[in-house]
Amino acid sequence: MSKRITDSTARRVTYTVIGVLILGVMLFPVYWMVNASLQPSGNTLTAGFLPLDPTFAGYRRALSEQGGNLVTSMIIAAGTVVLSLAIATPCAYALSQFRSRWVSIGLLAILISQMIPGIVIANALYMAYEKVGLLNSIPGLIVANCSSAIPFAILILRSFMLSVPPSLVEAARVDGAGLFRAFVAIVLPISKNSLITAGLFSFLFSWSDFLFALTLTTKGGVRPVTLGIYQYLGTQVQNWNAVMATAVLSAIPAIVLLVAAQKYIAAGAIGGAVK
Amino acid sequence: MAHATLTRNDAAASGRKPARRPTGRRHRGEDLTKLLFVLPAILAMVALFGYPVVKNLLMSLQDYSLRTFFTGEAPWVGLKNYTTVVKDQLFSQAMTNTALFTIGSIAFQFAIGLALALFFHKKFPLSGVLRSLLLLPWLLPLIVSSATWRSILEQDSGILNRTLAGLHLINEPVPWLNSPSVALIVVIGVNIWIGIPFNVTLLYSGLSEIPDELYEAGQLDGATGWRAFWYITWPNLRAVASVLLMLGVVYTIKVLDIILGLTGGGPANATQTLATQSYERSFVDFKFGEGAALSNILIAISLAFAVLYLRGTRRAADE
Repeated sequence: MSKRITDSTARRVTYTVIGVLILGVMLFPVYWMVNASLQPSGNTLTAGFLPLDPTFAGYRRALSEQGGNLVTSMIIAAGTVVLSLAIATPCAYALSQFRSRWVSIGLLAILISQMIPGIVIANALYMAYEKVGLLNSIPGLIVANCSSAIPFAILILRSFMLSVPPSLVEAARVDGAGLFRAFVAIVLPISKNSLITAGLFSFLFSWSDFLFALTLTTKGGVRPVTLGIYQYLGTQVQNWNAVMATAVLSAIPAIVLLVAAQKYIAAGAIGGAVK
Repeated sequence: MAHATLTRNDAAASGRKPARRPTGRRHRGEDLTKLLFVLPAILAMVALFGYPVVKNLLMSLQDYSLRTFFTGEAPWVGLKNYTTVVKDQLFSQAMTNTALFTIGSIAFQFAIGLALALFFHKKFPLSGVLRSLLLLPWLLPLIVSSATWRSILEQDSGILNRTLAGLHLINEPVPWLNSPSVALIVVIGVNIWIGIPFNVTLLYSGLSEIPDELYEAGQLDGATGWRAFWYITWPNLRAVASVLLMLGVVYTIKVLDIILGLTGGGPANATQTLATQSYERSFVDFKFGEGAALSNILIAISLAFAVLYLRGTRRAADE
């Protein structure tokens, strides 16, 4: 451990090889998903370890049957990002800068909120939506998905904003800016990276949501892609290539986030939990 | 989630001298502005968490069923829903499965996560890249992971059985998801796979915060290898580990997507947990009162763990 400095080159290369092997085992299912999506139609009995004869039949079918659902998921996820950040950001700032005994109460409330099973929220929202006509609607699902995005966004943003020096805001205040103006003009720009992180996670939570899609829609009008996959699993297991093609398309946001926003993702995982 | 937030920063907040309030006319407007900062979030938390919890408590005491939607009547039945679900023959199985699922998932996620975190902490070429790619299983939508594993585990044509048969390890295809004796283990296995990346990430960040000097000092006292881990690494990881285990319980106990996607609670109820039971009673049988009763039992268990955790951290802070 502390002998890191003395590890020989040969040994470090051996570690790299072991690391690649570990990753290969852990990511094999992801590889298999891509491989199976490129196989010809029918069951996977014939699927080899390599897509030597790739066909996009699965993708054609996936796009024609699930393309609309992908768009639905995209709209809901974008809506969740906007709404949850609008609500979480000022609150995170307040919890990081204002001093009051309410701060710890607020944090405790967020901790407890993590214990509420989604099914409890779904249960109650179902009743409420039924009365106000939000079942089977995009706004209804956006609001429901905010339940996972808001607490997480508050924690991530707050853990960053704790390091914003109060003097910056005070300087603006001396120049006569109101609290809110100082927040918009000074705090938001320096918090850009943490806003990106929180936004990415809000997007991902909403994009991945399955429970609310399952419980708060009753007919086929509004159908996020996660629900599309679930229904495929019930009916389409003869066409694994279409199921897996849909899975790959649904995994793209996660993969893009991982590649394009690597440093934000790890920061988010850690910031949401321990900072 | 809010662990250190609840300890370190509050200590800082309470330890700092309160800022002098601006006096006079600006003061009241100031308080109002501050309230406006938190008001949207308070309203959202009340609507999305407070209201559902209260509504569920009330529903669990009512005969709330499909009929309620037409008649608007939900007669009060006291604790009848609770006695119904607890006396049900599936209840003890769902309880046992929930316990096995939660304990099995967390134990292995944590152990494997710790082993991988220690390994990647060795800093070798590409270690950072490999470590961040490892996060992928955690970022994939759960239903995507379920679908993928279902295709791998399929009895007749899945790659796992074909590989095992090719290596002559099995004589006939194993019904991974269709046999009551194997299905729960397989579902736990998939959940472990999903949870490993998160554990690695947090434990790795915990390891990175341990100062190298400690190990150098330990070396002088002959603490190397296992002893270094036992006397230096582990005590310094305790805080992160306890957050991780508490969060693990809270998140794992309510898992629904993975089980629904892989087995739907089957075969023969072998993978029913409190969460899947609650979902079924509410949204399949439309017995919302009974579903609410089950999910309240789930919340009570979660809360008990959180209270233990918070008391533990408080005691640690007092020492």
